[in-house]
Parts: sequence; structure tokens; C-alpha cells
Amino acid sequence: MAKYIFLIRGNAMEEKIDIEGLKAELKKESKELQLDFNELKSGGYIKQTQKDLFTVRLRCPGGKVTSERLRKAAEISDRYGTGQVHISVRQSIEVPYVHYKNFDEVAESLRQIDWSVASCGPRVRVPTACAGCTYNPNGITDCQGICAAVDRKYFGAPTGHHKFKISFSGCPIDCFRTREMDLGFQGMLEPALDEDLCTGCELCVKACEEDALRMEGGLPVRDLGRCINCGDCVKVCPINAMISKRIGWLARVGGKHGKHPYFAYEVAAFLADDQVFSLIEKTIEWYTRNATGRERIGRTIERLGLNKYLDEVVVLLGLESIRDDAGRAKFYSRGNFYGT
Amino acid sequence: MVHEVKPTPDRTLDLRTVLCPLNFVRAKLALEEMTSGQVLEVILDDGEPMRNVPRSIKSEGHMIIDVLKLADDSYRLLIRK
Repeated sequence: MAKYIFLIRGNAMEEKIDIEGLKAELKKESKELQLDFNELKSGGYIKQTQKDLFTVRLRCPGGKVTSERLRKAAEISDRYGTGQVHISVRQSIEVPYVHYKNFDEVAESLRQIDWSVASCGPRVRVPTACAGCTYNPNGITDCQGICAAVDRKYFGAPTGHHKFKISFSGCPIDCFRTREMDLGFQGMLEPALDEDLCTGCELCVKACEEDALRMEGGLPVRDLGRCINCGDCVKVCPINAMISKRIGWLARVGGKHGKHPYFAYEVAAFLADDQVFSLIEKTIEWYTRNATGRERIGRTIERLGLNKYLDEVVVLLGLESIRDDAGRAKFYSRGNFYGT
Repeated sequence: MVHEVKPTPDRTLDLRTVLCPLNFVRAKLALEEMTSGQVLEVILDDGEPMRNVPRSIKSEGHMIIDVLKLADDSYRLLIRK
């Protein structure tokens, strides 16, 4: 961890601080308190304004929490907190006002039901996700399934620089704000028309909110420059003449909110689930290698150019890359995003 | 593009000016009272209702057998239960 602390400070004065000494001191302190030092390092305990009190952030990938875990959160809040929980903006349950002397008991209590705290600091955070296609009528892809798998594989992985947020939205409505994530994945669908089946009823043209379909010679024709792959035309077609040719994930990289928000870049289209995993892995590697100090990946890309990221990650993985600004512009054409 | 002869509806529901999702709920209730194979005629406003209702009807397992644009820019759907 010591080298990461150096990277974070990044200034010569502070590098003179005796990191090893500090670490040893912390370790000693944690031993006295019988704290699990690894538990603290992985984060999830957030310092409050009040002396010695912390907010304990629980790990709730995709915002899915079993009733057993809900009862556990209530139990911890009653015993160690104030009988309240806070629902975080990234779908996690947090128990505020927990005294640090109770950390080991809280951790043990969570372990009993195979649960744990979430992460904070320069690590991969708990991924967030909507319901996806499992029960949301707009959903195209299974967000909950992939979110759970990504959480299992990458949760808590150190980036060496800053936080790293991943999110999944099942359709272009993008309830899970993939544009504001370090890496965001959004479900997308490519429609295709079976001309022999089509009755020319125009329902798909009516259903399309993007004006991407128009009737030509009695059949709907799709404008690729407008279609954002939401699949509404497929869902509305009464006789299944408009069908789904392929389904996948649209990958966005470099977004963040905070004091200085960045809107993410669309970098790859129609990713299969396994390609989502390779993209996460290679992107974190690229970020760790190329970032300077405590910057988010969006800033790294801004400094080094999007093409460098595309060449070294997206193209290298053989993904369907989105290179041209026009390919991205359609997603923002009706917003006030000033970057386009 | 084979067009079958349009059947005469067994029941008609004018859902113009009825807002989502109430328009769908009323169509659903009407369909529940009908027997399989019967045809319901519904009239829907353009816009939100036309974007939502046909899709919901389809996902309920009914078949939309005809769509016709009317003079006042509303739409007439024939639905076979």
C-alpha cells in the first residue's frame, strides 16, 4: 500500500513522511483495539464529523439485499448505531454513528451471514445496476446477473490512484447513469425487419422516440445515424416482423460526477458478457499504468487523448470500437451536453 | 404482406383523452371479460398512448391484428384475445 500513498500525495515534501512508521503505528493501534487491519484497509468505514464515530457502508451490489441482510443491517443499526440506516446514492445501505471500538464486532456479525462492508478509497467500488431485463419491461440486458459477477471478481481491487466506479443500465434510458461512471455498460439492441412478415402498420414508427424510422414503400426504414438501439420498435411490433438481430453492451469510459463532472465517452458497442470482463480488466490496468497521482480515468484520457485509450485497450481486445464523434453525437443530440 | 379480411369487433373501447397507464388498464379489463378469439377495438390518442399501450397489450399475450390511422390523428387498433 505504501507506494500508493506516495502516488496519492505526489509532492516531494509529503514523500518525506515516514510511511512505514505510520503503518506500523496504525497496525499497533489496530492490534490494541483487536481490529482486523485488512478490514479497515478495504474501506467501508467512513469517518464522520463526530469524534470516533464512523459510517459503516455495507456491500449491496446492484442494490439487491436479501431480507436476511436487511434484518442484519437493522440489528447492527439498533445495537451499534442510532436505529437508522442511510441509503447511499450508489445503492448501498450505510449504518451511521458506529463507534470505531465496535468495528470488530460489526465485522464478525456480518461474517455470520457471509456479508461484508463495502469499499472506499482508491479501489473498485461496489458496482451498481438496475433491474435490467429480468423484470423491467424496458430492459434489454441482464444487469443484475452481470453486476453480481463483476462484484465478485473486481470489488475492492486497488487502482493505485483514485476510486473506480462501474455501473450497469439495461437500456438507453440509463437510470444507472453510466455516463457518470469510470466504466459504464448499457444494454443495446440492433433491430432487423423481416419484410415478408411486415404488414406496414407503422406501429414501430409511432413507437420510435428518436425519429429513426420512416415509412418507405410501405415498409419501415431505419436511420442508423439516429437509432440509439433502445429496442422499442421490436417490443411494439404486433407480429414480430421487427426482431432483435443482436443484443449487447454499450461501453462508456471516463465519466464522473463530483465537483467537476465528466461525461463519459462511448467507446465500444455490442459487447458480449465476457468482453465486459476483459474491458474492465484491461481498463483498470491501463488506468493504473497511465494515471498520475489522484486523478480519475476521465482526466487521464483527457490528458493523453481518447485515441490512446482506444488503441491500447478497445482495439487491442478486438472490440467493436466507436471512434468517430458522429458515432457518439447521436446520444447527446437532444441534450445540452456542451462537449459535442 | 398478406392482409386477412378485417373481422368485425365484438367490443369497442374509445380511449381517447384517457391517460397512461389507465388506458391500458381499461383495455386489459375489457379483454379479461371477453373470450379467447374475440376481437376488441380500441381507439387511442397519438403520442404516449400509442407508444405504450400496443406494447403492453402485446406483452400480455394478445394479438394486434390491425392498426388504422383515423381522421383526427388518433389510431384504431383491433386486438384479438
